[in-house]
Order: sequence, then C-alpha cells, then structure tokens
Amino acid sequence: MQNQKLAKQLMKKSKTARYERFGHLLSLSALLLIMAIVLGIIVFVASKGLATFFKDGVSVKDFFTGTLWNPGTKTPAGHQAVGALPMIVGSFLVTILAALLSTPFAIGTAVYMTEISPKRGAKILQPVTELLVGIPSVVYGFIGLSVVVPFVRNTFGGSGFGILSGTFVLFVMILPTIVSMTVDSLRGVPQFYRQASLALGATKWQTIWKVVLRAATPGILTAVVFGMARAFGEALAVQMVIGNAALMPQNLTSPASTLTSVLTAGMGNTVMGSLQNDALWSLALVLLVMSLFFNLLVHMIGRKGAFKK
Amino acid sequence: MRKRTIYKLLLCLVIIVAGIGAYNARSKTSTNQQSITAVGSTALQPLVEAASEQYSADHAGIFINVQGGGSGTGLSQIESGAVQMGNSDLFAEEKAGINPKGLVDHKIAVVGVAPITNDKVGINNLSTAQLIAIFTGKYTNWKQLGGPNLPITLINRSQGSGTRVTFEEYGLKGHESATAQEQDSSGTVRQIVSSTPGAISYVSFGYFNKSIHPLRVDGIKPTEKNVMDNKWKIWSYEHIYTRGAPTGLTKKFLAYLKNDHIQTTLFNKLGYISVKDMHYQRTWQGKITKGSGE
Amino acid sequence: MNRTQKQSRFAIACLKAVAGFVVLILAFLIGYIFITGLPNVSWHFLTSPAKAFNAGGGIGIQLFNSFYLLLLAMLISLPIALGAAIYLNEYAQDNWFTSTIKTSIEILSSLPSVVVGLFGFLLFVVQFNYGFSIISGALTLTIFNLPLLTRNIEDSLSNVSDDQRQGGLGLGLSKYETIIHIVVPASLPGIISGIILCSGRVFGEAAALIYTAGQSAPALNFGDWNPFNIDSPLSPLRPAETLAVHIWKINSEGIMPDLTQVSSGSAAVLVLAILIFNLSARYIGRKVFERMTSVK
Repeated sequence: MQNQKLAKQLMKKSKTARYERFGHLLSLSALLLIMAIVLGIIVFVASKGLATFFKDGVSVKDFFTGTLWNPGTKTPAGHQAVGALPMIVGSFLVTILAALLSTPFAIGTAVYMTEISPKRGAKILQPVTELLVGIPSVVYGFIGLSVVVPFVRNTFGGSGFGILSGTFVLFVMILPTIVSMTVDSLRGVPQFYRQASLALGATKWQTIWKVVLRAATPGILTAVVFGMARAFGEALAVQMVIGNAALMPQNLTSPASTLTSVLTAGMGNTVMGSLQNDALWSLALVLLVMSLFFNLLVHMIGRKGAFKK
Repeated sequence: MRKRTIYKLLLCLVIIVAGIGAYNARSKTSTNQQSITAVGSTALQPLVEAASEQYSADHAGIFINVQGGGSGTGLSQIESGAVQMGNSDLFAEEKAGINPKGLVDHKIAVVGVAPITNDKVGINNLSTAQLIAIFTGKYTNWKQLGGPNLPITLINRSQGSGTRVTFEEYGLKGHESATAQEQDSSGTVRQIVSSTPGAISYVSFGYFNKSIHPLRVDGIKPTEKNVMDNKWKIWSYEHIYTRGAPTGLTKKFLAYLKNDHIQTTLFNKLGYISVKDMHYQRTWQGKITKGSGE
Repeated sequence: MNRTQKQSRFAIACLKAVAGFVVLILAFLIGYIFITGLPNVSWHFLTSPAKAFNAGGGIGIQLFNSFYLLLLAMLISLPIALGAAIYLNEYAQDNWFTSTIKTSIEILSSLPSVVVGLFGFLLFVVQFNYGFSIISGALTLTIFNLPLLTRNIEDSLSNVSDDQRQGGLGLGLSKYETIIHIVVPASLPGIISGIILCSGRVFGEAAALIYTAGQSAPALNFGDWNPFNIDSPLSPLRPAETLAVHIWKINSEGIMPDLTQVSSGSAAVLVLAILIFNLSARYIGRKVFERMTSVK
C-alpha cells in the first residue's frame, strides 16, 4: 500500500519538473514566433520579388547584367529595362568601403575602451556611442547633405554626390554599432587570458594583439557583419548623399545608387502588382539573399578563426 | 508565495475591471465619431491635411486621417478599397497597373511645375528646346547656354513621381530625361539645388523660396495667372479618387474642400490653384479645351 | 627599453590616437546637432502641436507618440526576445537547427527597415485592418526590434559564468529556476544596456513607421485618458506620427517657412531624449542589479 503510493508519487512529475517543462516550452515558443516572422517575411519578399521573373517574364540574366533601370520600358535591344547591376554594384561598394574604413577605427576604439582606459571608456565613450546609435538616419542624411557633400565636392571634385559621400556617412553611422558590439566581445574574453599572457612576459600590445583580439575574433567579425548589415540596409541617409542615379559608378565621386535607395524612392510611386512594383521587390529579394550570403561567409570565417577552447 | 499569487490575481482583476469600466465609460460621442482616411500623393498631402485640421476643428468628433505614401500607393489603396480617398498627381488612366473603372475622379486643385536652378547659374530664361537639350544630356555645361563655366548637374524626381511625369510630358514635350540623380521628395530636391552649384531640377510652385531660382520658359514666367490662362504649360491636376460616388463623411469633406472659402484662403497660401479659376481644362490624354472643367 | 616594449608603446599610442579621432567625430556630430538645434527649442516648441504650413509649430504630440510607441513596442518585444534568447543560450543544442535559427535572426536584423515597414503595412494595416495606427506601428517595430534585442540579450546571458549555473543546479533548483532566479538577474545590466541600445534604434526609426503608424498627428485630448476614445492619447487605434517620422516628413515635403528650425530643433530634442533615456535606464539598471543580487 505504502509502496504503491510512493511508487505513484515517484512516477509522477514533480512540481519542479513541470515548471521546468513550462519554462522550456515558453522560451521555445518565443523562438518559434520569431522563426515564423522570419519565414513570413522571406516568403512574402520572395513571392513578390520572383513575380518579376515568373509573372512579368523578365529574364534573370537581364536583371543581373543589365545596366538600364527603367521598369516598364524596353532597352534599345528590346529587353525589359530592369537591369539592376548598377544598384548591386553601388550597394556592394558603399558597404564594403564603409566597413573597411570603420573596422580599424572601431576596433581601435573598442580596445581603448576595454584594455587601455576602461574607466574613461565606460564613462564617456560608451554612453556617447549608445547615443549615436539612436540618432535617426534622417538626421545623418541631413548632416551628410550639409557637411559631407560640400566637403567631397570641394576636395575631390564632381558634384559631391556619390559613392564616396555615401561611404563617409555610412562610416559614421555604423561606427557606434561596431564599437559597442566589439566592446561586448572583448569584455567576454576571460580575464585570466590576459593575466596568463602578461605573466609569460608578453607586453601589453602583444597581449592585446595576439591574445585578446584573437580570442574575440568571432565576436568582432559578428560586429562587423552587423555593421555591414546596417550599411547594406540603410536607406534614408544614403539616399540623400549618393545621388540616386541608376548608373554604373564611373568613379567614387560620380552619382550612383544603391538597392535600398532605389527601393525606398520608388515604392510609393508604383502600384502594387505592376511590373514597376514587382521589380522593386526583386531588389528587396536581392538584399535578402545578399545578407544571407554575408552571414554564411562570416559563419565560415568565424568557425575557422575561433579560438580553440 | 501564496500571498504574492493573491496579489497577482488581484492586480489582474483590477486591470480587467478598469478595462471594462473604461470601455463602458467611453465618451458617448464616440458612437457618432467617424473617421475616414486619405492616402497618397505627397504633393497634395499638405493641402488635405490643413483642410482636415480645419474641418475637425469645426466638427467635433470627426477624424480625417491624411497619409502620404505617393500617388501609386494612393491609387492602389483606393482601388483595393482599403481607404476612402486616394490622392494622386496623375489621372488613374495614366498609371500603369490601375484599372480606372469604378474610380471617381475629384479634381481638387491645379499645381504648376517649374524648372529651378541654383543661384550661381544666373540664367533667367530657357527655351523649351534648350530645356529638352539640358534634360536629355546634350548640354553638359552652362557655358554652352551663355552662362558661367559650371557643369550642369541634373536632379530628377524618382521614376513614377507625379511631378516628374508632368514635367517630362509638358515641359520636355514627352522626351524622357537622361538617367541622373533622383530624389524622392520636393523638399530634398530644393535643398540639393540650393546647395549644389550648377544644379537644375523642377518643383511645384508651392516650393519656391529664396534659396532657389525659378526659370522662365520661352519667356513666360511661372505664375499662377499664366497657369490659369494655360500660357504656362507645365501644370497638372491634383486628384482625389473615390471608389464609386462618395457617401457620408467623404462626400461632406470633398464638398468642404471645394467650397469657395477653403479654395480662396487655403489654396493661395499653399501655392495651389483652384480648379474654378482655370480658364482651360485638360483631359488625361492631354487635350486642352476652354472652360474651367468645373 | 627593448624592441617589443617600444613596439607596445607605439601601438598603444596609435590606439589612443584612433580613439581620440573617433571621439572627435562623435563630438562633432553631437555638437553640430545641439548647436544648430537647441536654440530653437523652447517650452512652447515642446508642447504645442505641429502646424502644416504656418511658422511656430511645435512637436508636442510627436514627442508623446514617440514615447508611447516605444513603450508599446518594448512591452511586446521584450518577453518574446527574452524567451527566445533564453532558449538559444540555455536550452538549444549546437546543431544545424540552432544555427539555422541564428542565421535567420541575423537575416531579419539586416533587412532594410523599409522592407519591414512595407511588410507591416500589408499585414497589419491592410490585412488585419488596423489602419494607420499605433498598434500597427508597435507591431512593426516589434519585428524590426526583435532580432537585435534577442541577440543582445543572448550575448549578455552567455557572458554569465557557468559557475553561477552550476551553483543553482547544485542547490537543487531546476534549470528553469536557475535561469530565472540566477542567470537572468546576473545578466541584467547587460540586458538593460541591450534594451537601451534597441530603444535608441526604435526611437529614431522612421522608415518602418512611415507606412504603418502613419504620418499624421491629429490633435489629442489630453484630458481624456480612456484608451477606447479615438482622440485619447492612449488609444492604440489612432494614427501617430513620431518625432523621427516628423523630421523625415518636414524635410521631404514640408512647406512651412520655419522648416529648418523645426527640423533641427526636433533632431536636438530627439537626441536629448535618447540621452536622458540612456542615463536613467543605466541608473535603474544598476539599482535593479543591486536589489536582485544584494550586491552593494
């Protein structure tokens, strides 16, 4: 009798176990919700973006190699004028240049904040960088328009609108993002790594360069990708300084365009379901696929470069 | 633990009771509260917005919701019936992908569009032929037109923008502008033209100010009077489309927009021209006839 | 002094110079915004409604809308992000499923906000028929906000040392109890800093809201706090133009004569609001940390 009761009690899940199950399910359902949103957006963008090729009959080759963007009309050769190459090149150029420019600055600043002068870093630099993340891109755009564009025009010639101005604006825009995420990953490096290195007789710089940065590489790469992602997806600020000309960039100071700038500028003027609108969604799809590509690339680098524990 | 659970339950109860209470206590006017939405053309938005502010001030409990989004959004939203009014710079017939059947056009105002340049260009008048040559990229320096030695910087509105369609149709006589910089709003265009030496673009009359220089075309000044007489050819209607004949609040509001008081006070202030003042009218194919079209 | 020491000195001096340069840029930016903007800010500017075409309009309603939308968006997204981050960091195994999820979250975060905005427009405004309203805006902002918030919370959870978890488990707590009572409180300062970072982004976001929360700020009746009345400030179904959208709108299509003043004033207020917000959140974070862990 007693044994049976005990057995039953033991077989039953305890309160804690039920609690545990509840927590597990709760957090899983939150995650699944996010997954559903991601899937929803991907399906949504893909169905709209692919319509250009399936419904409107634009050839994929024309889309990626054509250089004339004027959906709804035909090129002199008789193809649909939906050549997205100028925008793709423009997007890649500004993103890569901005990332190349801001990564060293961001890492330098982050190292300063965590390794060299943590107190000053935490007091001044961190609040300021967090503040800058919050500045709306419109404001960046207008500062770019009134400061960067004249600067580029007077220093490098041309009209001032172009890849170079876009790069400068994005450089400042993504800097806070990369800095604050790099700081996080540098702080995540265990203190005993540094102590061990210093104890072995390494100088501070050697410790930073060979141990701390090395250990934080995956985190830093993620930070750079996030920065690039922001640069890639940035619309309003870039749109104001890059000039939005759907032309192949001749040089860094000639007007160019990015996927996002054409996308935002054109969206309100087109009608849902028309070729003009579908073509814009194809650009959005390209954005999506490219960010997927970036992510995969960095995962690969991250896995290779990760500090073996 | 027990106590905290009770507190939590109590808190939930209070929130629910407060919610029900608030629902019951919602103001009685809310039963006759009405709201309608207008979406579309950014060029028409300020006018409709200003009018709706005045209308709401005169009629309590009325909510007129005015959104931008561009003519394409306006037309596709009214076509799908998601809103009550669709604002557009273009005739529905002109817009690709829109089935104009079932849409009723209400011409609210006329806007003139004029070429503008940076102050440094120092040219006051261009012939239509010169304008076409500039915008198709035949001229690249103001020197070629008797101006200073400055490269010409073309600035366009985005493809599909109502202002651009109007300008290309009537300013460039149907010639398409060369691919150049594009901006998706008149305010940005104005700012860029005012800060870029050698820049040329076009905006509607409402955006004229001291920072930019409007041009005469074929010796005709861009004034409202010249638009009314159709001497200034670059103008277009601002439309509000409804699905079927307007009813209820939409009808009242459209009538309000068309009454003389609004047309004389608000329109002049904002640089729009009243349709009633026009001495000529134009169909969507571009045919001009005498009469105001009212 | 030997070669490596010299090298170290030199490198650290370089780092200092780089940091100094960045500070210079940041200081210039903030200085520029404040110097051009603050002279236009007054009590009247902060409290009066905007004017469409006359000079002398304010940003009162926009300011309120910004805070209200931020609050709603955070209320919706925080539990979801926290749950997802807990699952990713504490429960998920390191397999293809987890890495797929992580990758897709990163993709979501790199989507341009205008695409998110249009998605929100078609889903919430048109499909669910919420119209241009606060609730559409808040839900869209949630989508926009989730990936970065999840990512930030996950990072700060993973920075909690495993000793803490083992301690909790060793005391006989279940895994979930350990997470809720030990890991999350320990990572609270990190979580709060993540929330601040995201709030800043949400506060300044314009592109995602243009098509969802709308670009008009109808007059509100600040004496009526019943959320079921459409002119009540709390009503979730009214259109709400936020400060960032307002800046965008007046810069692109504004025709009031004092446009530049209003726009730079609004920018300064926006940055100032974020500053105040950051400082207070930091303070609250520290207090909460002290209370929950009894560390003084």
